Amino acid sequence: MSEQVMAAAGGGAVLAADGTPLKERLQKTLRRRKLVAAGLVLPLGAFVFITFMFPIVLMLFRSIDNPVINENMPLTAAILEHWDGQDIPGEEVFAALAADLAQARETKEIGRVATRMNFEYSGVRSVFTSTARKAKNMKAPFKDALIKADEKWGEREMWVTLQRMSKPYTSSQYLAALDMRYDIDNNIVMQDEDRQIYVMIFGRTLWISFLVSALCLLLGYPVAYLLATLPLKYSNLLMIMVLLPFWTSLLVRTTSWIVLLQTNGVLNDIFVWLHLIDDEGRIQMIYNQMGTVIAMTHILLPFMVLPLYSVMKTIPPSYMRAALSLGANPVTAYVRVYAPQTVPGIGAGSLLVFILSIGYYITPALVGGRTGQMISNFIAFHMQKSLNWGLAAALGGILLVGVLILYWAYSKIVGVDNMKLG
Amino acid sequence: MSDPSDPLVRFIEVQKSYDGEILVVKNLNLDIAKGEFLTMLGPSGSGKTTCLMMLAGFEPATHGEITLEGNPINNVAPHKRGIGMVFQNYALFPHMTVFENLAFPLEVRKMGKSDIETKVKQALDMVQLGDFGHRRPMQLSGGQQQRVAVARALVFDPQLVLMDEPLGALDKQLREQMQYEIKHIHESLGVTVVYVTHDQSEALTMSNRVAVFNDGVIQQLAPPDVLYEKPDNAFCAQFIGENNKLMGTVKEKSGGNCVVDISGSGVVHALDVNAGDVGAGTSLSLRPERVEIDPPEGKFPNVFEGKVEELIYLGDHIRTRVNVCGHDDFIVKVPNISDHASLIEGNPVKVGWTIDDCRALDVYEGP
Repeated sequence: MSEQVMAAAGGGAVLAADGTPLKERLQKTLRRRKLVAAGLVLPLGAFVFITFMFPIVLMLFRSIDNPVINENMPLTAAILEHWDGQDIPGEEVFAALAADLAQARETKEIGRVATRMNFEYSGVRSVFTSTARKAKNMKAPFKDALIKADEKWGEREMWVTLQRMSKPYTSSQYLAALDMRYDIDNNIVMQDEDRQIYVMIFGRTLWISFLVSALCLLLGYPVAYLLATLPLKYSNLLMIMVLLPFWTSLLVRTTSWIVLLQTNGVLNDIFVWLHLIDDEGRIQMIYNQMGTVIAMTHILLPFMVLPLYSVMKTIPPSYMRAALSLGANPVTAYVRVYAPQTVPGIGAGSLLVFILSIGYYITPALVGGRTGQMISNFIAFHMQKSLNWGLAAALGGILLVGVLILYWAYSKIVGVDNMKLG
Repeated sequence: MSDPSDPLVRFIEVQKSYDGEILVVKNLNLDIAKGEFLTMLGPSGSGKTTCLMMLAGFEPATHGEITLEGNPINNVAPHKRGIGMVFQNYALFPHMTVFENLAFPLEVRKMGKSDIETKVKQALDMVQLGDFGHRRPMQLSGGQQQRVAVARALVFDPQLVLMDEPLGALDKQLREQMQYEIKHIHESLGVTVVYVTHDQSEALTMSNRVAVFNDGVIQQLAPPDVLYEKPDNAFCAQFIGENNKLMGTVKEKSGGNCVVDISGSGVVHALDVNAGDVGAGTSLSLRPERVEIDPPEGKFPNVFEGKVEELIYLGDHIRTRVNVCGHDDFIVKVPNISDHASLIEGNPVKVGWTIDDCRALDVYEGP
C-alpha cells in the first residue's frame, strides 16, 4: 500500500496489488469488454462498409478516373504526352493514331472511345467510328490519309481534346458538373450560355430543399406541440395519424398526389364545382415545381415532427407556468421561454429534412415534370440513359460535399450535441 | 378598499374536481393573513398542490371563490395575478443566464434597463449569489439553483409567493439550511408565503401556521407547536411527528377527561379531545418523549408494567421499544443524559404519563 503511494507521489506508475502497473492491469480487464463490444458492432460495420462506404469511394473514384482513351489508344497517348499543343502534330502521331484506331476497331473498343470523346467534344463520335473503319487499309503518309478520311483531324481542337483525354485522370467531369469546360488553350472557362444547366439545377435543388424544410417546419411545429402537450389518449391517436403515412409506400403516396392535383384531378374538380375557377382555367398544380414541393413536403413531414416532438416532450410544463407566474403573457412566455428550448429539435428536423430532400429522386421524377426535376434526376439520367457515369459520379460528389459542408456549418452554429433525433 | 387586518387571500367554499366524479378539494375555507407563512402539509393526493395551483391560476376552481386583497381572482389570468412562484424543480429557464432569468419578470413589466440591473443585483445579493449572474442554471449546484428560483420569485416584489415543494430535490443537510434561509428571507421582507410540502419537519420549522390536508379537507389549521402538542384528530397526531397509538373503548367521561379501556389490558386516564360517546372506539395519542421510564410512585395516574423489546442508540436519545398494554410498538424516547435509566432488552420496565399528554381522539384507519 505504502509503496504504491510512494510510487504515485514520485511520479512513477501506480502498481496493482500483484506488482504489475495499474494501467496495464486496468487495460487487461477492459479488453474483454471492448472485444465483446466490437464483436457486436462487427456485422453491421462490415455490412455498411461493403454496401455503403466501398461503393461510395468507388463512385467518387469514377468521377476522376479516365481510362478509356489511355488504355485503348496507348500509342497515341504515349506520344501526345510530349506534344506542346501549338501546331498540328507530326507524322509519327498520325501513324500511331491510325494504328490505335485499327487496333481499337479490332478489339471492338472503338465505340467506347468515340462515346468518351463525344462527351468532351460534341459531334466527334462519327469521326472516330468512320475513320477507324478505314484505318486498317491506310498507307503512309498517315497524316494526309487521316485528314482525307475526316478533315477534323486537321484541327488543333481535336488534338488538344485528345491529348487532354488521353491522361488517366481528369477533372473535366467536375468542370462539366459545374457548367465549365476547357477551351482550346486548356484554360477553364464557363460553358456556353445555352449549354449551362447543372448550376441552375443545383440552385433549384437547394431552393426546393429549403422550401420543403421551411414548409415542414411550419406545418410540423404545431402538430409536434400538440403531440407533446395533449393528454395521452388524444396524443396517441394523433401520433398514429402522423406515423400512418410514414408506413405507407412512397409510390402510393406520390401517385395519390397525382390523382388529387392533376388538371382533371379531385382538387381542380372541386374548385370548378365551387365556381372558384372556370373549366378552362384549371390550375396546373402537378408536373411542375409546385407538385414536387407539395408531394415532398407531405412525405418528409414525419421527419420534422418526430425530432421536434422528442425535444418538446422533454420540456416540462412548469417552464411555461413559471413564465406566466412571472408576469409574461402567454405569447411572450411562448416566444421567450418555450420556443428557444425547441431549437435543437428545429435544427435536427430541418437538417434531416433538408439532407433527405437534397437527394430526393422518386417524387420529383414522378410529379416534377420539367421544372420540378432535381439534381438526383440528372444523376439518374447520366447513370441510366446517357451512360456518362463519370459525370454522374461528379454530380454526386458535389452533392456529397454540399451536404458535408451543411453539416459542418450546422455543427458550428448549433452544435451537433444539441441535436436530438429521438 | 381593504383593511390592513383583512386577510390577503381567502378561499371561500372552494371545491375542485378533475373528472367530475371525485372531489380533490372539498369545501375549502381558508384565510391567509398578510405577512403570514402558511404551510399546506399533507400526503400526496391530499389536495394541497391543487389548492396552490388554483391560487396561482393554473387550475380553475370547480366551485367557490378565491379572493386576493378582497378581489375575486377566479377569472384573472395567471400572468395578471402578480403572484411569485417557486416550482418543485425550480423551472429556471435553461437557455438564459441567472441574470436573464431574474431580469425576465422585470422586462415583461417594461422596467428600465438600469432599474432592472439594480433590482436583479439586490435580489442576487439577498440569496448570496451576487457573482453568479453570468452563469447558466445548469452550471449551478442544486442549492444554488434553488436560491436563484427564490430570488426570481421575489425580484418583482410580489406580496404573495407560492412555493411548491421547493426543497424536495435537495439532500437533507442542504434542505435544512435552505429552510432557515427561506424563513429569514420571509421575515426580513414581510412577504406572504404559501408553502406546500409533505415533509412535516419542514412545515414545523418554517411556518406561522400549518394547514394539514388529508382527503381534500383541512384536518387542522394551527401554529406548529399547537399542531404537534395538541392534535385535534388521529390523522394529525399520526402525520405530525412520532406518535404512540393505543386503541381502546371509552368507558366513562367526566369533566373533559375520560377513562379508556385498552382491550382488557387495563384502563388509561386521558384528555377527552375528540373521543366518541361512552362505548365508542377511540385512539389514544401519546408522544414518545412524554413517557417516563420508572416514574416515582404516585407521580402519574397512568403507570403500566411493560417489557423492553428493543433498544436503538441514536446519540442524543435512546429509542426504546416497549411492549405495553398488548401493543408491542410502543416507543419511548429516553434522553441520553448522565443518569438516564439503564435498560436491558427483555427486562420488565415501568412506564408512566400524565392525563394531559394522552389525548383521546377519533379512530383513523388510514387510507
